[in-house]
Amino acid sequence: METIYLLFIVVLAAFLGFELIRKVPATLHTPLMSGANAISGITLVGALISSGSGNDTLTTIIGTAAVALATINVVGGYMVTDRMLAMFKKKSGSKKPGSGA
Amino acid sequence: MSNEILINAVYIVAACLFILGLKLLSHPSTSRKGNMVSAVGMFLAVVITLIHKDIIEYQWIIAGIIVGGAVGAVFAKRVEMTAMPELVSLFNGFGGLASLAVGWTTVIELANPDVADMAAAVTGGGTNTSLLLSIAYISILIGGITFSGSVIAWAKLGERMTTGAITFKGQNWVNISFIVDFFVVGYLLVQNPQDPMWIYAAIAVSIMFGVLAVIPIGGADMPVVISLLNSYSGIAATAAGFAIGNNILIVAGLLVGASGIILTNIMCKAMNRSLMNVLLSGFSKPVDSTMKIEGELKAMTPDDAFYVLEAAQSVLVVPGYGMAVAQAQHAVKELQELVEENGGEVVYGIHPVAGRMPGHMNVLLAEADVSYDLLLEMDAVNQRMETFDVAIVIGANDVVNPAAKEMKGSPIYGMPVIEVERARTVFVLKRSANAGFAGVDNPLFFRENTRMIYGDAKETLNSIIREFGDD
Repeated sequence: METIYLLFIVVLAAFLGFELIRKVPATLHTPLMSGANAISGITLVGALISSGSGNDTLTTIIGTAAVALATINVVGGYMVTDRMLAMFKKKSGSKKPGSGA
Repeated sequence: MSNEILINAVYIVAACLFILGLKLLSHPSTSRKGNMVSAVGMFLAVVITLIHKDIIEYQWIIAGIIVGGAVGAVFAKRVEMTAMPELVSLFNGFGGLASLAVGWTTVIELANPDVADMAAAVTGGGTNTSLLLSIAYISILIGGITFSGSVIAWAKLGERMTTGAITFKGQNWVNISFIVDFFVVGYLLVQNPQDPMWIYAAIAVSIMFGVLAVIPIGGADMPVVISLLNSYSGIAATAAGFAIGNNILIVAGLLVGASGIILTNIMCKAMNRSLMNVLLSGFSKPVDSTMKIEGELKAMTPDDAFYVLEAAQSVLVVPGYGMAVAQAQHAVKELQELVEENGGEVVYGIHPVAGRMPGHMNVLLAEADVSYDLLLEMDAVNQRMETFDVAIVIGANDVVNPAAKEMKGSPIYGMPVIEVERARTVFVLKRSANAGFAGVDNPLFFRENTRMIYGDAKETLNSIIREFGDD
């Protein structure tokens, strides 16, 4: 039964993802991809559970590596996306395109 | 139990923040806030997970977070805007590798009968170990493919390896044998989870397949590949979430997975190709073109270009990867200001796949402070192409190549391009007359109204700017 519930979540989340992204302008594709990439670092949550579970040494080592890698993805991903987005500015007084010629 | 409810409640909040964040990311003026909102969601999800009952040791977690956080921050601070596609690809690979590791530890835990009970308690369902093992295996598989595929994409984008398609004899058969291996290894792993050999085999197979899947794809198609791998990293996180019964991993992973597929689709449409065609084009034989390119190249000096630009009322700039390499975006912006002072108008025509990543040019021009409402999409500039006095092509080849319309059998045939040849005059700023990233000759260079201005794009632009100054 649990699996069925999870599948429900899967279907709904997939549709939501499609709807959210469909109208994004091409201007923002790079930051969007980078931002979405940072979200995929959510796997960090899974890594935390496996590295801190106090099982055998091997699990702890792999888990810790997973935590480090996922953190790179999360921290680096959000920071670099922010750096890109900080540059997108609309300047007042700039000419409207399409008005000339 | 109360802990579990609390954790899941916070996960729901985090999921809402991710959704809201992605929504805000879809407009330039709110996008920075959107990224922040999504980061807060991530922070909440991570912090609340720390009270999870399975976590009894914190020292390794802290060590991992400190090391990973420092590395990520240094990379993010230091990277040049031109190298952004590579970095995003590399981060993506790390995410995939992390999912692989989560899948790996899950298999170890499931193989250990004591903890298998615990894992069952986490998922709250029955102990369907085989199902969970299969899902953990999928997580390893997709994670491994994402990792090695992203590393190859990173190497190709940074020209650390050849950017062209790499194919060898019998590649199809090797790929097919790998797909068979996926099932065989998966079956053996689920049957013998205690035997670490099958985990190693799974990791090896997935990593090798990631390499094999990306090497036959040429550099010009890399934007599509990065987007697809990004989607995979989300799906890998979802699979890991299924394996350990964690909702937030499933939801967040799928948001990324679905958005990556949509982006991939948008890009494929922009190139008028199917995804299959992009992924498998390395395997098709190059077609000999029947059309001969005739005419001669007409070179021009920056000084002469100045006189044309001085008189121009309406200028279109079409940037490509060459602008990124030459770091010419600031010079472009300067030129824009000078033309505007002269009473002229400058707009930018951005092809969806210009550069090494979708939207790459937008990021670079934003870095130079070009207002985003001057960045027009391909269709918008094509409609009014005749009205442009000058079209300046800066280090772009394939996205302005008329061969896409005229030359059947050309690798880019059928791709919609920015039709600069219809502008009154075309300046092509280029280092040499060589073919572009896709390796296709460009008949545009031989057109009657085309002038080639050889040299580094930044230096060329600066000499034109100096002429304006002398005026």
